[in-house]
Amino acid sequence: MKQKLCDTVDAAVADVPSGARIFFGGFGGAGFPNNLIQALDRQGASELTAITNNCGSGDGELGILFKHGRIRSVIASFPGPHARHFQDLYAAGKIALELVPQGILCERIRAAGAGIYGFYAAVGAGTPVADGREERVIGGRRTVFYEPLAAEFAFIKAWKADGLGNLIYRKTARNFNPLMAVAAKTTIVEVEEIVSVGSLDPEAVVTPFVFVHRIVQARGIHNVVKA
Amino acid sequence: MSSRPKLTREQVAARAALELRDGDCVNLGWGIPNLVSNFVPAGITVYFHSENGILGMGPRAQAGEEDYDVVDAMKVPVTVIPGASFFDQGTAHLMSRGGHLDLSMLGGLQVAENGDFANWKIPGAKGSGGIGGAMDIATGARRLIVCMEHETKEGAPKLVRRCTYPLTALACVKRVITDLSVVDVTPDGFLLREVAPGWIPQEVQQHTEARLIVRGEVPEIKLASR
Repeated sequence: MKQKLCDTVDAAVADVPSGARIFFGGFGGAGFPNNLIQALDRQGASELTAITNNCGSGDGELGILFKHGRIRSVIASFPGPHARHFQDLYAAGKIALELVPQGILCERIRAAGAGIYGFYAAVGAGTPVADGREERVIGGRRTVFYEPLAAEFAFIKAWKADGLGNLIYRKTARNFNPLMAVAAKTTIVEVEEIVSVGSLDPEAVVTPFVFVHRIVQARGIHNVVKA
Repeated sequence: MSSRPKLTREQVAARAALELRDGDCVNLGWGIPNLVSNFVPAGITVYFHSENGILGMGPRAQAGEEDYDVVDAMKVPVTVIPGASFFDQGTAHLMSRGGHLDLSMLGGLQVAENGDFANWKIPGAKGSGGIGGAMDIATGARRLIVCMEHETKEGAPKLVRRCTYPLTALACVKRVITDLSVVDVTPDGFLLREVAPGWIPQEVQQHTEARLIVRGEVPEIKLASR
């Protein structure tokens, strides 16, 4: 049996190398793997590529990684005006950014996890998002080709895990987390509670354990109380 | 030029709320649309959709009762109503992009007379900008209504012949509700449906770059009674 439980968040992220490409779950202050993010900052890996909806709020969420210059490239839907450290780096030309429509970001990630080598969607047609992308008319509508988006690591947050790594989420803290869980070589989840195998209702499991490689119970901050 | 006041943002939202039907599933975007949920006509139930995974979003949480795992797309703690569900962000956008919602309302920067829509980037503005869910929602909306001011703060028209700002989506807008008018996008261009109380179509035209088609008497905007 594979051992997935990690004793600490620091142990869970110890082997993340500089230059890694990482998914970060979370939206609107909910469902961010804040404790893993802080452990990654302590660990010191740099030149990272972050795939995320947004780029932090002040020092919170991903903010600390931008503040300390850990990230050199971002693929995001809405970096956010409050992502002060990201915006400073962006204005200084020190960070690369690819903006992706939010639902397309989800589907590109899902595609990577599902073994789908891309898809066409009407989203983005006629907009700057389509620049440099293949276009095709399907069913009379202009569509744009999107390739899958994979990563070496996914940093996600769930409410409860059992010892195998079956996951359930809490309310809107689910957001990107189950999507990202399926598309990384190594998915690391921080949870509020670890429960015994068999105690989660199989009907209620959102992320089956096959997608989860490391589990750590986080004892710090779970969501951002105020931006 | 008319000396009559324009509608307030709340009044625009109240007019927009008259578009809601009992049982509708509706996405409300940033700006004026975000106010529409305060004006749902009495006696109907509307299931508000949030791109971060709620169908059946209720009012903002009362002070002291916030649960920061239940937030709307603007990070504000909200409640849910009976019949609500939670799901992942991909499923949330499947609903909007796949045309499963009855109605979407978004704030706007420019709407063109062919229905093209721009709402995410002002050329030359500071910062990275961001797309968020707007492109998925606008592209897939079964019925997209844009709620916005008729002109920018500087007095530039927002109902235009062709959008000059980067687009959000092509030919997607069905109706525009502003502080001066209600306008439909038709194959012939903008059709003026209603004007703000005290305004006449010629005055609204003076504040509009694109041509407004006027057919017969144009009634004044009636506000939801509440």
